[in-house]
Amino acid sequence: MSRYIPVTPQDKEEMLRALGLAGPEELFSSIPAKLRGKGEIRIEPIKEEGKLKEYFLRLSERNKFKDKKIFLGAGAYNHYIPAAVDYLAFRSEFLTPYTPYQPEVSQGTLTATFEYQSYMAALTGMEVANASMYEGATATAEAALMALRIRRGNIAVASSLHPQYRQVLRTYLEKQGVEIREVPYRQDGRVNLEELGKIDNLSAFIVGYPNFFGIIEDLASISSILKQKGALLITSTWEALSLALIKPPGEFSAAIAAGEAQSLGLPLAYGGPYLGFFATMKKYVWKMPGRLVGMTKDSREERGFVLTLSAREQHIRRQRATSNICSNEAWCAIRVAIYISLLGKKGLRKLALTNHRRAVYAAGLLKEAGFTLKFSSPFFNEFVVDVGMDAGKFRDRLLEKAIVAGYPLGKDYPELKNCLLLTFTEMNSRKDIEELVKEMEGIK
Amino acid sequence: MKLIFEYSRPGKEGFHIEEEKGRETIPQELLRGEIEELPEVSEREVVSHYLRLSVMNYSVDWGFYPLGSCTMKYNPKVNEAIASYFTDAHPLLPEELVQGYLKIFKELEEALREITGLYAFTLAPSAGAHGEFTGIITIRNYLEDHGEKREIVLIPDSAHGTNPASATLAGYRAVEIPSDDKGMIDLDKFKEALNERVAALMITNPNTLGIFEAKIREIADLLHKAGAFLYMDGANMNALLGQVKVADLGVDVIHLNLHKTFSTPHGGGGPGSGPVGVVEKLAPYLPGPHLEEGEGILRWKNGRGRIRSFFGNFLVLVKALAYIRELGGEGLREVSEVAVLNSRYLRRKLEGKFKIAYPTETLHEFVLSDETFRDRISTLDLAKRLLDYGFHPPTIYFPLIVHGALMVEPTETESKETLDEFASAMEKILEEAEENPEIVKTAPHKTPVGRLNEVEAARRPILTWQEYLKTSG
Amino acid sequence: MLPEELYYTESHEWVRVEGEKATVGITDFAQSELQDIVYVELPEVGKKVKKGDVLCSIDSVKSSAEVYAPVSGEIIQVNEALNDQPELVNKDPYGEGWLVVIKLENPDELSHLLSASRYKELIEG
Repeated sequence: MSRYIPVTPQDKEEMLRALGLAGPEELFSSIPAKLRGKGEIRIEPIKEEGKLKEYFLRLSERNKFKDKKIFLGAGAYNHYIPAAVDYLAFRSEFLTPYTPYQPEVSQGTLTATFEYQSYMAALTGMEVANASMYEGATATAEAALMALRIRRGNIAVASSLHPQYRQVLRTYLEKQGVEIREVPYRQDGRVNLEELGKIDNLSAFIVGYPNFFGIIEDLASISSILKQKGALLITSTWEALSLALIKPPGEFSAAIAAGEAQSLGLPLAYGGPYLGFFATMKKYVWKMPGRLVGMTKDSREERGFVLTLSAREQHIRRQRATSNICSNEAWCAIRVAIYISLLGKKGLRKLALTNHRRAVYAAGLLKEAGFTLKFSSPFFNEFVVDVGMDAGKFRDRLLEKAIVAGYPLGKDYPELKNCLLLTFTEMNSRKDIEELVKEMEGIK
Repeated sequence: MKLIFEYSRPGKEGFHIEEEKGRETIPQELLRGEIEELPEVSEREVVSHYLRLSVMNYSVDWGFYPLGSCTMKYNPKVNEAIASYFTDAHPLLPEELVQGYLKIFKELEEALREITGLYAFTLAPSAGAHGEFTGIITIRNYLEDHGEKREIVLIPDSAHGTNPASATLAGYRAVEIPSDDKGMIDLDKFKEALNERVAALMITNPNTLGIFEAKIREIADLLHKAGAFLYMDGANMNALLGQVKVADLGVDVIHLNLHKTFSTPHGGGGPGSGPVGVVEKLAPYLPGPHLEEGEGILRWKNGRGRIRSFFGNFLVLVKALAYIRELGGEGLREVSEVAVLNSRYLRRKLEGKFKIAYPTETLHEFVLSDETFRDRISTLDLAKRLLDYGFHPPTIYFPLIVHGALMVEPTETESKETLDEFASAMEKILEEAEENPEIVKTAPHKTPVGRLNEVEAARRPILTWQEYLKTSG
Repeated sequence: MLPEELYYTESHEWVRVEGEKATVGITDFAQSELQDIVYVELPEVGKKVKKGDVLCSIDSVKSSAEVYAPVSGEIIQVNEALNDQPELVNKDPYGEGWLVVIKLENPDELSHLLSASRYKELIEG
C-alpha cells in the first residue's frame, strides 16, 4: 500500500461490502470486459524515499555545467533569487490549492495575483495585466490573436523577434489562416522602418523590446508609423528586468505588452515553468485572454478579491472564448509578486542598472581586445559580437576553458554565423567577464 | 485586507543591491526613472504580508478538496525535494552539459508510453488546454499533408470548455454532440454528425460525469472508417491507471494532465503540464522539439512547428517522473482502484439524500444535481456552507448539462473517515436548508471574508492598485 | 406587461419601429434568465447586419448569451450608456436598456416577427 493512500485493507473490505461488491475488480465493471484488465504497467517501484532521491541525484550528476562560467540569455536569464521568495512561495497554502474558484477561501492567491497584475501594469506602463499566460512565446501569440479580434488584417513581425517566439506565432496563426509578414532589421540592428511602412492592411506589428540582439528598439518611430496605418503595436519582452530601466511600451501607445517574466524571481529550470505576462489598455479588457483578478467587497463590506470578467473564458464562452487557456502559471505569478515586493521601487531599478552597466563594461573590454560589436544601437544586458569565425566553433573552443560564451546566432540568422549573443547579469562578476574576454582574445 | 502597497514608506528596503559603478550607453530619452507605482517595503514586512495572505487560502495539504475533474490529490513532498536538484540549468546550454535533464525527459516519455500504450509523446505542452491545441494541430498537420481539408471537430456536450475553445484555436468548427439518457455520448447523434468533413472527435473518458464511454471502441472504428481521428482528453486518467491501455480503446491522440493524475501541485491555478501522446502514424506531425539519441548523447531535433519556447514545464515533469518511479506499475494501479473505490463509496453515502444526475455506474467521480434542494437553497449556497464545515466544495455548475451540478472527485488520497465526515456535512446542510435556510443562504460565516460581490467586480472592474487609487480619489 | 406595440422574436429580442428606424433590445424574460448583466459587447455603428446574424453578446457573471439581429439593415446607433451601466438592461429592458438602432433594409421582415400575444404564449408555453 502506498504511503499516499490512507485507506487500509480493512477499510477497503468494508467499503466494498457497502457497495455490494465481491472484489476491487468489480469496481471497473462499467468498462467493457474486452478492454479491461489489460492495463498492466511494467515499471518497477522505488519505494524507499532515500533510494528515490538517490536515483534522481545520480541523474543530476550527469549534468556538467556547474563549474562553467555562463554568459547565456536569449530568452532566459540567470538572476539572483532572494531567499524569502522560495521561503514564502513554497508554503503549502500557495503551492497546493487550485484555481481560486471559491474566493472566500482563496484570498491569499487572489490578493497576491492582484498585486502581480498591478506590478506588471506598472512595469509595462499599461492599464491592466492578466493573471498569467504559459510563457513568453504563447503570450505573444495570444497578443496577435487578440489584435485580430480588435482589427482584422495582416500580422507583421520583426525578424529580430525571438526566433522561437516567431515559430510559435506561425504555429498558432497559420491554423487561423492568417499571414505573417516579417520585417527585416537594419544594419544597426533595429527594425527597418521603411519596410514596415510598405505593409498594407495591417492589424498589428509585433516587435521585441529589447529585441533578440539585445537592442532597444525605437518605439517612438515604430508607433508613429503604425498610427498612420491604424495598426496596433504589440511589444514582446523576454528580459522583463529591462522594463525597470527603459521607457515602457505604454509610453509609446502600445496596444498590448506581452512577454516573459522569468527574470523576476523564477529559476532557470531548463526552460520552465516560466511566466507569460500580458498587459493591455482598459478599453480592450473584454477582448483579453486569461484570468483576471478584480477588487470588490464582501457581504461585510470589507475589501476582497475575485476572479472576474470570466464570461470571456472557455468555461463559459466555450468556442467563442478569447482563448482556450485554463490552467495558467499562477504560482509563478505569486513568486514574481514576492520578488518585486522585495526589490521594490529602488531595488529593481538598481538591479536593472547593474545589469546594463556590466554589459557595458564587457562591451568596452571586448572592443579594447579588438572585437567588433555587430550593431551600433543601444542595448540592455546583452549584445551581439562578431568573432570573425564560425561562432559555433568559437564557442566550442571556449567550452574547453569552462566558459559558455553565449548563443551562436547562425542557426537562426545565417547571415550572422560569425556572431555570438553574449549576456551579462548581476551573476556574472567583473572578474568572470575579464576572464571571458581574455579567453576570447586567446582564440581570436 | 491590507495590500503590499499600504506598507510602503520611502527608505524601506526589502533586498539589498550594491549599485554597480559604471556608465550607461542608453540615450536619456529611452530611459525611465524609478517606477512610482512600486512600493518600498522591508523584508520583514514582505514576509509577514505574504505569510498572512497564505493562511487565507484553503489547500490540498490542509484538507479535502473534491473538485471534480481536477484530481486534487495529495502532492508528495519528496517530489519537491527532487525537483530542487534541477533548478539551475539554462535551457540553451549545449546538450552535452545537460544530459541529466534530457534523460528525465526521455524517461518520462517512456513511462507515459508504457502507461498508455501510445507510440510517441511530446512533453512540451504547459497545461491540459495547451495539450489539446497541440494534439488537434497534430491531427490537422496530418490531414493537410494528405490533402484533406476537414473543418469540423465533434465534441460531446458534457465536455470541458477548453475542448471547443482549443478546436477553434486550431482553426476548426466545434460541433456539439448531445449526451444520451445514460450520460454517454449519443451514438445515433454521433453517427448522424460524422461525415467526410469531420477531422476528429474529442472525448473525455471517463467523461465529466465520471461515466466510462462504453462504446468508445465502436466510436473509434467509425471515426477511422470515416478518415477521422479519436482525440481523448485525459483529464480523468486517474480512473484508468493500470486498468486499461488507452491505445486499446482506439485512441489516436491523448493529453494527460501531470498536475492531476501524476500528483504535481496545482499552484493556485498552475503551472501544469499536458503531455500529448499519439499513435505511430501521427508521430511525425507532432510539434517539436523532440529528443533523439545518437552516440550515447541525447539531442533536440525540430518537430512540426512549435507551441512554446524551450521544452516544457521541466520542474513539473521531474515531479511527475518521481511520482511514477516511486509508485511503479503496481502502485499506479492501486491509485485508480482506490480513487474509484472512494468515489463509489461516497456516491453511495450521498445517494439517499441527493439526486445523482445519471443512474449509470461511475468511476472516479460523480455528479449530483440540485433536484432535492433547489426549492430551498441553491448549489452555490450549499457550496459556500461546506466552507464553514471546513471542506472545499466540489466543482459546481459543471457539467452544464446537469441542473445545479455538483461534481465530486474525492481521489485516492483521502481516508474513509474523511469521506464519512464529508457525507455527514452534506447531509447536515440539507437539514439546515429545511430548518434554518438563512444560515445556508448567507454562508460562509467562518471564512476570512464573507461572500464576495462578483457582480459589482465585473460591472466596474478594478484590476490594479493604480486603478483603485484613481477610483477611490 | 409585454409592451403591445413591439415586435418579438423566438430568441427573445424585441423591436420598436419608428419610420425606417428599428430599435432593438432583449425582453424582460431574457434579462431575468441571464440575471445580473455585467457587460454588453456592442457592435460598431455603420456595421451592416442580416436578419439572424449575431448582433452583440451580453454577459452575466457566469454566462454569455448572443443577441441576434431581428431585422436586416445598418446599425445607426448603439446604446453607449451600457458601457458604464450594463445593469440598465436588467432594470429597464424595454426602455433605457435598449441595445441598438437599425436602419431597416427590408420592412417586409417585420411580418415574420411575433406579436406580443404570440410571444407571451411562447414564454408561458
